[in-house]
Amino acid sequence: MLGLMASSPTTDAPPTGARGQGWDYSDVTRSEATLRRFLHGLPGVDQVGADARAAALGTRSIKTTAKAFAIDLAIRMVDLTTLEGADTAGKVRALASKAMRPDPSDPTCPATAAVCVYPDMVATARRTLGTSGVHVAAVATAFPSGRAALDIKLADTRDAVEAGADEIDMVIDRGAFLSGRYLQVFEEIVAVREACARPNGPSAHLKVIFETGELQTYDNVRRASWLAMMAGGHFIKTSTGKVQPAATLPVTMIMLEAVRDFREATGQMVGVKPAGGIRTSKDAIKYLVIVNEVAGTDWLDPDWFRFGASTLLNDLLMQRTKMRTGRYSGPDYFTLD
Amino acid sequence: MTRIDVRKTYKLYIGGAFPRSESGHSYPVHDSLGAFVANASLASRKDARDAVSAARKAFPGWSGRTAYNRAQILYRVAEVMEDRRPQFLEAVRQFEGLSAARAEKTVDEAIDRLVWYAGWADKITQVVGNANPVAGPFFNLSTPEPTGVVAVLAPQASSLLGLVHVVAPAVVTGNTAVVVSSFERPLPAVTFAEVLATSDVPGGVVNILTGSATTIGPWLASHMDVNGIDLTGVAGDSELATALEVAAADNLKRVRRAPAAEPDWTLDPGTAAMTAFLETKTVWHPIGV
Repeated sequence: MLGLMASSPTTDAPPTGARGQGWDYSDVTRSEATLRRFLHGLPGVDQVGADARAAALGTRSIKTTAKAFAIDLAIRMVDLTTLEGADTAGKVRALASKAMRPDPSDPTCPATAAVCVYPDMVATARRTLGTSGVHVAAVATAFPSGRAALDIKLADTRDAVEAGADEIDMVIDRGAFLSGRYLQVFEEIVAVREACARPNGPSAHLKVIFETGELQTYDNVRRASWLAMMAGGHFIKTSTGKVQPAATLPVTMIMLEAVRDFREATGQMVGVKPAGGIRTSKDAIKYLVIVNEVAGTDWLDPDWFRFGASTLLNDLLMQRTKMRTGRYSGPDYFTLD
Repeated sequence: MTRIDVRKTYKLYIGGAFPRSESGHSYPVHDSLGAFVANASLASRKDARDAVSAARKAFPGWSGRTAYNRAQILYRVAEVMEDRRPQFLEAVRQFEGLSAARAEKTVDEAIDRLVWYAGWADKITQVVGNANPVAGPFFNLSTPEPTGVVAVLAPQASSLLGLVHVVAPAVVTGNTAVVVSSFERPLPAVTFAEVLATSDVPGGVVNILTGSATTIGPWLASHMDVNGIDLTGVAGDSELATALEVAAADNLKRVRRAPAAEPDWTLDPGTAAMTAFLETKTVWHPIGV
């Protein structure tokens, strides 16, 4: 119960006087000092309460038609990801084909939201996906560590955008964040967002990866969320998938609270993407329950909530097949990756 | 002062751990005279599903071991059973209503049969494999390979000897097994699980579910990730056996058909129980290149 109170909407909103639709936060982001004052003024997260609430929400039983709906929604929310040093054009093509038609034996199976690849594979993915509506997401800015000079990160981003990426997943500089140089992190996000612009078309959407496994505390997760939202990120994303722990339910819940409160304050909606470690349909459904309970039904849409995953899709397909045929399916009947 | 009975609720054995049934259900177990003995977990279809994933996960490791090592491990199981003799004697006497002498003989035979099957691990290839004569300059070798995850519906009457007779041949060749124990007499299987857990058998190689073969059988028979099924446990129920065979046909499982009545487990079983869950791989290799 404590967790519920500590994370209720009223305590989360920006400081008194700044609330209400259309809150202008330019004052906050004006200088290092104001930004720090604001971020450290955010109410602290009750860690035990947050863990308990996430665990409690995870026990909801979702069955039959609700489960079928949740599985299809989860498939539509998947950013099918391959981020390996060993990625080849062939593997990316195979993955892109799978994203368009996850279950070739069932035409009613929806496509995934996007494929997520390294920048050099964007062109390959783009060619395969064509006009299918499945987006190409690219990780950029010296993924996964983010340890490179700003101009290199920006060049990385522009490269991916030029090659046809619809979405850019950037990593924040955790070193700067943890040592309290918030303005530097903020300005970096703003700069990358500008690099996402495309002269002859809509600019790429920006997802900001926090690598919550390296942020140490839930308070830092909440601060990073507000920082990224004020810097103009379209999505906030938990992890790169390269660091353990990756996405967890409580961390995602705290980020969902942040986007909910940010919309309440400013009227702007920001998406959330947990990534890494979500492998089973059961896990995915727990996340959807939390989205529904914490942020609300507006976020139950691939435009506002995504799963960064690779093995999750097969499990979703197996569950979907189980619901359709009434018998348990096996991994032999789906592609390996 | 009289002691209060310790009335246990026994658990399942899945992936090397002893979980309760996912459903939370259990059922009372009675001895041959109808007196209450203990509770056993009533496995649900989800327990069966979990057991299949555990068995699938254990398969590469188990089938990848040398036959010699599998023999050692099965022999070790027999050793640990020997240590637990009193417990098995008591269970067999209690549930099968045997005299002390008959119970003794049954447990002896179960342990001996395990040793016998352990010996087969590195010999079955010589018996059912072959170097085939072919019309060309090739070595042509057929070798038996384990089929994968095998669902075993264990005999209903012979709760220990029968159990060993269906589990040992399935796993000695490298398969992993999901076993549904006798419904009325599950406790020897539970004790057997405790033996497996303490005798070098990797977790997931044998998973033991206590519960009804009638309820769980159809889920295992239709499970697309199960490669073979032994229907001994539904012996005599030809209607159910046929239904299970039909369900098993969906992914072409290897089926060991249900006998009309439970066989006499004291007889020499031959190799049929092992070969039922083996598939033959034939390799052509050029000579002199």
